[in-house]
Amino acid sequence: MTVSPLAAWSDRLAALAPVLDAAEVPFRSQLTVRVSDPDAIAAMGSTLGVGFPSAACTFTSGTGPCGDVEVLWLGPDEFLVTAPPDQQVTIEEVLRGALGTAWGSVVDTSAQRTTVVLQGPRVRDVLAHGCSVDLHPASAPRGTCVQTLLARTGIVLQVTGDDRVTVLVRSSFAGYLAAWLVDACTEYLAVP
Amino acid sequence: MQLIPCPWCGPREEAEFHYGGQAHVAYPEDPSALTDEEWARYVFFRENPSGPFAERWSHNAGCRRWFNAVRDTRTHDLLAVYRVGEPMPEVTA
Repeated sequence: MTVSPLAAWSDRLAALAPVLDAAEVPFRSQLTVRVSDPDAIAAMGSTLGVGFPSAACTFTSGTGPCGDVEVLWLGPDEFLVTAPPDQQVTIEEVLRGALGTAWGSVVDTSAQRTTVVLQGPRVRDVLAHGCSVDLHPASAPRGTCVQTLLARTGIVLQVTGDDRVTVLVRSSFAGYLAAWLVDACTEYLAVP
Repeated sequence: MQLIPCPWCGPREEAEFHYGGQAHVAYPEDPSALTDEEWARYVFFRENPSGPFAERWSHNAGCRRWFNAVRDTRTHDLLAVYRVGEPMPEVTA
């Protein structure tokens, strides 16, 4: 049986409600795409049904033949495609087909990171304990995707709603990040 | 903490970056023709100015791209940042 990186933390993360609705979304399909040719990027986007983000530090999302797919900007020639579990082989083949003979690579990196969804009115306050990026809605609106440090751990942070963020963290750091989250929420929880 | 303006990601904390030494050190056109002294000069010798200095930085925790920055070594002010391949901009210290 496969155990997700934060399986042991699900109860303690759930106990953060109502300050923070924190839950792992395990085993998401993730593919790292390295490509700089604009035609290949457009072809990959139309195949997925989701256009690749053109602006730095943003992500796009939509529904296509491979289901609900998100495409995250990681660098000027680097993207991360995320999708529901068990889609990685299909998406890899589809994207490789769209890439054709252009220079680039499509690599399954699903095991590299796990996904944590954080939601609640205090989500920005909690993250501010360990993340220096300005997450105010004026500077980080919905659709923002930044790679930064949260409590010295490298993360990819997606702003998916008014009080909702998705954090992608390396599997081996996930336990540490969960422990830090529980600690950072302490001051907002009601005293028993 | 000091903010460094990454040309791709915008201003981020210095802890996200990695220093890469002097920028614009060209690789020798014909390395095998260099004398030991010339090779040592290429490998080890770097400028150490008091004032604006063009340096390489890497945004390790962000987009992981190398870029160049002009930093005033006296004040630690970053006077300009520019992408790899672009010419060094004019700065006034």
